[in-house]
Amino acid sequence: MKDYSVWRLLEEGMRGHQGWPRAWREPAPRPAYDIVIIGGGGHGLASAYYLARVHGLTDVAVIEKGPIGLGNVGRNTTIVRSNYLYPENNRFYEKSLQLWEGLEQDLNFNVMMSQRGVLNLFHSDSQRDAFARRGNSMRLNGIDAELLDREGVRAMAPVLDFDNARFPIHGGLLQRRGGTARHDAVAWGFARAASGRGVDIIQHCEVTGIRREGGRVTGVETTRGFIGARKVGIAVAGHTSQVAAMAGLSLPVESHLLQAFVSEAVKPLLDCVVTFGAGHFYISQSDKGGLVFGGNLDGYNSYAQRGTLPVAEEVMAEGIAVVPALSRLRVLRQWAGIMDMTPDGSPLICKTPVEGLFLNGGWCYGGFKAIPGSGWCFAHTLATGEPHELNAAFTLDRFRNGRALDEKGAGPAWWAQ
Amino acid sequence: MHQIDCPWCGVRDEAEFKYRGDATVTRPAAGAGADAFHDYVHTRANPKGWHAEWWHHTGGCRQLVKVLRNTLTHEIRQTARAAEPLAAPSPETTPT
Repeated sequence: MKDYSVWRLLEEGMRGHQGWPRAWREPAPRPAYDIVIIGGGGHGLASAYYLARVHGLTDVAVIEKGPIGLGNVGRNTTIVRSNYLYPENNRFYEKSLQLWEGLEQDLNFNVMMSQRGVLNLFHSDSQRDAFARRGNSMRLNGIDAELLDREGVRAMAPVLDFDNARFPIHGGLLQRRGGTARHDAVAWGFARAASGRGVDIIQHCEVTGIRREGGRVTGVETTRGFIGARKVGIAVAGHTSQVAAMAGLSLPVESHLLQAFVSEAVKPLLDCVVTFGAGHFYISQSDKGGLVFGGNLDGYNSYAQRGTLPVAEEVMAEGIAVVPALSRLRVLRQWAGIMDMTPDGSPLICKTPVEGLFLNGGWCYGGFKAIPGSGWCFAHTLATGEPHELNAAFTLDRFRNGRALDEKGAGPAWWAQ
Repeated sequence: MHQIDCPWCGVRDEAEFKYRGDATVTRPAAGAGADAFHDYVHTRANPKGWHAEWWHHTGGCRQLVKVLRNTLTHEIRQTARAAEPLAAPSPETTPT
């Protein structure tokens, strides 16, 4: 695999751009692999990449039922951050953010990582206290966090409504290193880099069963035949319950919808990510000029990948409360992704009761920013059979043991996270 | 928009209701043990297809309504009062 570079661009430009090869190979599945990862989304592809790069394991296949990158990796609002309260979460997401910071050089792929800052607004004294506590927790773990007053927020984002009668803006918690990345490019970049290191990415191959002998995984049944494997990793967020059921597992997961919206493109209006603290609303402006925003879950179990109107109306109402100019814009596109919700809002990267079967899922709203960190930790777990210290808390039995990581204090209800 | 036929109020928009989750789980007996309670609180079948679930009519009569709804198509097949059983969905109409 030749690197992308300005020299390469010139070289190919001289030849009319006829010489560019496919970014990743499309091999037929081999009869068996050391490790098979089910799911060619961000997490599965990143896991395969780090298996190859960090652990030197290349007898690896990623199996995807459709084309790669059409699930949640392409259905999010592209926000990257590590502003969590609990140490288990903020250390993990900080590792992920550090990997994001070097990802383009590492993958030799432009993922358009833009550290434009993530600003969480607060609207009351008690919310200021809660955000200050979260900021302090971040700083204790070496993560950047700044508490801005009202004028500090105004300097960053003058477009906001500071004097909303119900929700005046008192200030904000800012993580300058947070930002956005181009979501499709993340899937493509990991796929290209993993493929270049020898990982087989097998598209249009749906897993229909997980074969076990004596309590141990021996491979997966697929629409393209049986593929043997010493270890199998599940990374199919959205359909985790279905795939885990193939191995006889019932999980603390429900599938819910999360909608996202993009407006028509306008001139530069907002150069950071802003979240509204009086509801659940987040917004940023893409490089094309469209405002990308979203809000809460639809709130009922669903696999439909499309939401219903009451939540769309709620998201628009919250948007106009914080950015009144939104009322003059038209929404061009709307879609929904299927979220793997866990009862405490935190993910699962762990072993399962089936030997050789590993689980990566339960990403709730937070899957996109976690992609590199999740891949890093899942690769470690798959390669060594034991969790990395950064994902040691993301187990299935934390619910049984009373060690839930309930960042919002809302559990144990999936739709409340 | 889901249209839910509340047994007390008639057909109403989803916006009047609050979702309350899987209606098939039942509380174990007091001495059933930690595993049974763990499953009751945390483990869910999460089916792709027909799902029996509770919707609380918070914007209406405030009764809990049992609803048989398809999680893939959003079709609502049946609603019932809390103490009434739902007819089991026929397998040939269950999408995969």
